[in-house]
Amino acid sequence: MGLESIYGEILNEHNLRPSHRGNISGATIRLEGKNPTCGDDIYLELKVGEDGIIEDGAFSGSGCAISQASVDIMLDMIIGESKERALELCGKFMGMIHGKATEDDLDDLDEAAALKDISHMPARVKCAVLGWHTMEEMLKNRESEGHARGEHEYCTTE
Amino acid sequence: MTENRFKKDFPIFDNVPCVYLDSAATAQRPAQVIEAQKRFYETMNANPLRGLYELSIAATDAYEEARICVRDFINAADEAEIIFTRNATESLNLVAYSYGLNFLHEGDEIVTTVMEHHSNMLPWQMVAEKTGAKLIYLEPDMDGIFSREELDRKITERCKLIAITHVSNVFGCVNPVKELADRVHRNKGVIVVDGAQSVPHMKVDVRELGADFLAFSGHKLMAPFGIGVCYGRRELLEAMPPFLTGGEMIEYVKLDGATWAELPHKFEAGTVNPAGAYGLKAAIEYLQGVGFDYIRETEDRLTARIFEEFSKLPYMHVYGSKDPANHSGITAFTIDGVHPHDISSILDADKVNIRAGHHCAQPLMEYLKVGNTARASLYLYNDDEDIDRFIESVKKVRGIMGYGA
Repeated sequence: MGLESIYGEILNEHNLRPSHRGNISGATIRLEGKNPTCGDDIYLELKVGEDGIIEDGAFSGSGCAISQASVDIMLDMIIGESKERALELCGKFMGMIHGKATEDDLDDLDEAAALKDISHMPARVKCAVLGWHTMEEMLKNRESEGHARGEHEYCTTE
Repeated sequence: MTENRFKKDFPIFDNVPCVYLDSAATAQRPAQVIEAQKRFYETMNANPLRGLYELSIAATDAYEEARICVRDFINAADEAEIIFTRNATESLNLVAYSYGLNFLHEGDEIVTTVMEHHSNMLPWQMVAEKTGAKLIYLEPDMDGIFSREELDRKITERCKLIAITHVSNVFGCVNPVKELADRVHRNKGVIVVDGAQSVPHMKVDVRELGADFLAFSGHKLMAPFGIGVCYGRRELLEAMPPFLTGGEMIEYVKLDGATWAELPHKFEAGTVNPAGAYGLKAAIEYLQGVGFDYIRETEDRLTARIFEEFSKLPYMHVYGSKDPANHSGITAFTIDGVHPHDISSILDADKVNIRAGHHCAQPLMEYLKVGNTARASLYLYNDDEDIDRFIESVKKVRGIMGYGA
């Protein structure tokens, strides 16, 4: 069921040695994302420029390897990109997690495609999407709140 | 290696071969219970307690015989003290709403513990908030033991209700219910015992324990889902108003009010679950056939094996007592650097089923300063092979997660 392919080199590397764990200066949006059912809890910070480019980002908090690696991979991919591009990747990632990604989508998702087999592990879907869902919420609905330190809870109904 | 002579009674292990180590969440069911439930629906099915025809009387008899079986099982004085509910959570809510809200007042103290399952914590938070009674939490040491000083300091003469789990679903320790009952009875208060984790594993005698209320679920002792028990001492139940109102719990109804049915029906509003009760009786009979001595011996021996194997692995941590005999078959553990959900997924790939998470005991997890733990919990059908496969799978976890070779 793809266990070895999930807990492979990419996921373990991002979990054990994340590039974006911590805080950034000049963050323009912060949001806490939670999975109340399993206790995963992350703080995501983004610095979005006037031109809509995501200049920097970081995460903190705690959770399982899948949630931690997934958010680290996500930050690798969206830093330097426009908000629109980040949301496009988010849409593709959600599609992949629900088993609906094309080969092109998987190419586009780059390292995040390492999480493709989560679609066969329904109990772990919410771990994989926590960071992405939090980012989507920030960029779609919370940006106007600026520095407001919000919190949202995300539970999938499987 | 000792062969488990009861495993063959459980059809799930033929249909879905797996190592099942999550019995503290729910037990597997033997064929005898599954057959009993089927027999009820095939030969006795009607709405009990209402119909005046033979079939309904058969259903009523099945239901009431189950009540007598439960009475004897926990050594209650009277079958009127056995109220059927859906599960332990509903039983505890019944006591909180019907007893707590009506008999506790501002100035009283409710004593509970930080190791409670949410189902024996949230109802008392509600009662405290609505009545003005003060809620006090006992804190155990890291073995799950409450010191004498802790009990002396926190159980004052104002304590009118103690709500405590008999066996912790995380530590597996057995709490000193009898001693606490004596303490609260000196104040003319009551003790509410959550027996969800004890009743399936050890002889529980409500009179010997001094329990005024005892709640447990059928499904953790191999009965069908959806049947539970609330035991209450008769004089307390008689003084309490109904928890839910509606059909079957009335004596006489007029447009401006009603009088309540006799115990236990006063607390069983609406159509009851006779098939579940009948299945619960079959489960209790099965359990008695196995015997608590066998259960205790099996759980302790296999838990000791888990502890011994874990002690060879420096990255493993077990919560609670160092003595496996104090765990009631429950081992809560963590692995350095690996989140419990990842442990559970890796074990799942080897068809080893454990629980990972906060075990509905978030305050205890905070108290232990651990976000989550993994938990293996045993029951009478587990055997040495289960433990071999569990340990083998646990040993693979750190390697899969990228630690070392």
